[in-house]
Amino acid sequence: MKLKFGVVVFPGSNCDHDSYNVLKHILDQETVYLWHKDTDLQNCDVIILPGGFSYGDYIRTGAVAKLSPIMNSVIDFANKGGIVFGICNGFQILTECNLLPGTLIKNKNLKFICKDIYVTAVNEISLLTKSLEKKTLLTPIAHGEGNYFTDDETLKSLEKNNQVLFRYSSSKGEISDVCNPNGSIQNIAGIMNKNGNVFGMMPHPERSSDGLLGKTDGLQIFNSLLQNFIK
Amino acid sequence: MYKAKVIIKRKKSILDPQGKAAGHGAVLLGFKNITNVRIDKQVEFLVNVSDEETARQEVSEFCVKLLSNPTMEDFEINLEKIDEA
Repeated sequence: MKLKFGVVVFPGSNCDHDSYNVLKHILDQETVYLWHKDTDLQNCDVIILPGGFSYGDYIRTGAVAKLSPIMNSVIDFANKGGIVFGICNGFQILTECNLLPGTLIKNKNLKFICKDIYVTAVNEISLLTKSLEKKTLLTPIAHGEGNYFTDDETLKSLEKNNQVLFRYSSSKGEISDVCNPNGSIQNIAGIMNKNGNVFGMMPHPERSSDGLLGKTDGLQIFNSLLQNFIK
Repeated sequence: MYKAKVIIKRKKSILDPQGKAAGHGAVLLGFKNITNVRIDKQVEFLVNVSDEETARQEVSEFCVKLLSNPTMEDFEINLEKIDEA
């Protein structure tokens, strides 16, 4: 099935082209860029909020991007059940506009971390994880504020409603403090909303989807989305 | 007109790694009496209204909608009346 993807471009986005390349040229899907000042989502089936440093990450990551004209349309779209996928800065924006619970705070070691890590899918029913070929994936992270935090009550509800998608792990899928790069609560690397249509993750599947770059585990996440999307 | 000074504070329950690093620096410098270092943000701006209540209300709204994130931060508003320039 062919889907239409919209990749939102904010001032400071820097993974928009990576996402576009994977969707358009590797997965052969119709893909358009959506400018932050526009409000028309151009009948896209899936909206991608890409990684980067929208508005220089000033005030807080994602805090100004959430006020962009396009975000009003994205919020409406999400509230009507539309599929929205935020990667890295996109995840931060989704928490800022309350489409996803919790927040991303500064990494525990205060450093910007840019390296390949393993995440393990802990959800077998979500669009993004249902059809993964393997549960433990090698993907890069590149963030200074990727430390997922939420209060105990929200954490309990995330677990109860099976909203956690990925946890940082070892290459064998063991989830422990040693494998937690940034201090995220319960090793959380990605979550979804209660309705299962809004997704956010800190690792970059779009940077590990092109064989030319040496890593392709991320492609499984996009493939799972394509296989399970119901139009 | 009012001059607003807003302090955005990370909630007590949240680890403040910057404060912790600064606290560690204090230990390295030999300060024995300095503990519980927290690093907050201060934002200053003018509010062009004549009564304090309206000023406070507008500043509070600004804090809720943009300057702070209620999941991790609290804010404190200080207003000072200043003469029109």
